[in-house]
Amino acid sequence: MSELRRKTNPERRAEWWTTLPSAGWLLIFFAIPTLLIVVMSFKPAGPYGGFGEGWSLKAWVDMGNPSYPTVLWRTIRLSLAATLICIALGLPVGFLLGRSDAKTRSILLLLVVVPFWTNFLIRVYAWKVLLHPSGFFRETLVSFGVIGENTLLLYNEWAVLLVMVYAYVPFAILPIYASAEKFDFALLDAARDLGASSIRAFWLVFVPGVSRGVMAAVVMVLIPALGSYIIPELVGGPTGEMIGNKIAQRVFIDRNWPHAAALATVLMIVTLLPVLFAFAQEKRESIAVGKKGGDASS
Amino acid sequence: MSEFLVFDGVTKRFGDFVAVREASFAIEKGEIFALLGPSGCGKTTLLRMLAGFIEPDEGRILIEGEDITKLPPERRPVNTVFQSYALFPHLTIRDNIGFGLKMAKRPKSEIDSEVDRMLDLVDLTEHGDKKPDRISGGQKQRVAIARALVNKPRVLLLDEPLAALDLKLRQRLLVELDDIHDEVGITFLYVTHDQTEAMAISDRIAVMQRGTLEQIGTPAEIYEAPVNSFVAAFIGDTNFLRGKVVTATDEEYSQAEIEGVGEIRLFNDRPLKPGEEIALSLRPEKIRIESHAPPTDPGLNAIEGIVEDVIYLGSMTRYWVRVGDQRIAAERQHSRYLLDEKLPSWKDRVWLSWRADDGCVLSDFAVEDTELLSIPPDEEG
Repeated sequence: MSELRRKTNPERRAEWWTTLPSAGWLLIFFAIPTLLIVVMSFKPAGPYGGFGEGWSLKAWVDMGNPSYPTVLWRTIRLSLAATLICIALGLPVGFLLGRSDAKTRSILLLLVVVPFWTNFLIRVYAWKVLLHPSGFFRETLVSFGVIGENTLLLYNEWAVLLVMVYAYVPFAILPIYASAEKFDFALLDAARDLGASSIRAFWLVFVPGVSRGVMAAVVMVLIPALGSYIIPELVGGPTGEMIGNKIAQRVFIDRNWPHAAALATVLMIVTLLPVLFAFAQEKRESIAVGKKGGDASS
Repeated sequence: MSEFLVFDGVTKRFGDFVAVREASFAIEKGEIFALLGPSGCGKTTLLRMLAGFIEPDEGRILIEGEDITKLPPERRPVNTVFQSYALFPHLTIRDNIGFGLKMAKRPKSEIDSEVDRMLDLVDLTEHGDKKPDRISGGQKQRVAIARALVNKPRVLLLDEPLAALDLKLRQRLLVELDDIHDEVGITFLYVTHDQTEAMAISDRIAVMQRGTLEQIGTPAEIYEAPVNSFVAAFIGDTNFLRGKVVTATDEEYSQAEIEGVGEIRLFNDRPLKPGEEIALSLRPEKIRIESHAPPTDPGLNAIEGIVEDVIYLGSMTRYWVRVGDQRIAAERQHSRYLLDEKLPSWKDRVWLSWRADDGCVLSDFAVEDTELLSIPPDEEG
């Protein structure tokens, strides 16, 4: 087992040098700024913005603000809902992409990616126009009697959820597609052959088959969703506010940086939980496989 | 003939391409029936139509009189062993085998005991809790068979089941497959491009080419009495002798003039008329190759030629002998190689002889089928 032998010193040194650039990059642009945010949250606020002298726990005590649990819960709830819907949409689309021939596939992929050619802010603004009380969507729905005269589409949680799904669904489709492309579609034939309906075959064989893609999609949708700021800012109104908006308000309106830093830390902890969970899951799987290895003989 | 499984005028087109053309044949209960042909001949399309993955454009498929043409795959009384096995990678071997029973909502205790029985049948009991990526190719193949058989299908469809395995393993599994067939007594439809496999395992073979069934028969019928040059050349190896009937000697034999070879005697596999153009298929192993002229015998054709190529193959030697403008392949078995008399070698003058009954007059001859032979006739002549 040559892979398992101890690495020699020159090998170690080579590894160290090749890892250095990316490690350095992460350290300078990720680890240190993150640490700074955490440190800032333990400073007192300066009277005109910035920081005061010494250390203070005031920002953390202020986390007890009665409006925060509501906003935090809404952030988590909306992000989870958006993730779930994005996955639900991403699975059939990924399936379709994986199954189609090269030409159809490239057209469909283009359709998925095309929105990225327009600025994100402009696309969210476009939704604001569509959902506006005198906008196209509401007018049409009202004229068909689908919604009442007094129903507003804009400035509520639903508007935030809708636009989040719109904005993040490509991030669910692409990793699921990447898995589906490697998926052996003969497995679905096998499932049908063994008596599974097409829907059962999809759930029992396709979904487990692209589980890695789904995990990646969860991480890629949930994390930006939790940190959403522009979407609730533009279409959420006061009842659609998320943590991101609160952080922005503390920075731009109150000029209370330590408070904003504490909020950002809270958000970071909430964000890290699913990632840590995903890593733990991965590790458990690889250990299970490792244990069973080495007896594929005969 | 008990018509257990019937293909009735089945046609399938993909755009302008006719994958299967008016296939009509019946498979008997309990037999191993092989669909044999080169890739793209339509054999897999036929199998997938029976499994329910492709709907025929015309015709019907019946099992025991019941029309299953329109049924979705999950409601057909057939199961498939897929070419690449298609084992579910996220399930253990046990769960793979039990999948069909679970879909049929059978009680868990029953599933467990059936799966145990199947694991025992394919000799994989100690591997039940492994995932498919932890077992070898041959074992995967057996799991695929067990997973299909556990559902007690009325027909087991095998789509090139041994294609992914190496030669020795293929030979061993072929015997195992035959044993399993004897044990379970289920009808097998076996799709393959490998004539050795088809000959070894089948009760009957249907030879296909370009969507058409060329001939159906037992392995011996197909080998000894091919109807046309495609079947003759695709199954085993052969020589094609072309010529003209000179005289229809009697009920059983005729004389024919073969281009560049001379006059030979042939058996009337079908009624022949003087002047008729014919093509004769003559298997290399039917031809005796000797250094001296054989004793005269009215039933024996003998021609003289010069050895152009010799290939020693262990169990036999293969010769290519120039006779006029023909190159004729002949084989010589080596039951006693070291004690045999001196064997003919390169540039030697030899006599080829065969019994008139051993050739087969084809009903149909296409020049391009000569390309299927092991060494094509050379151009210079």
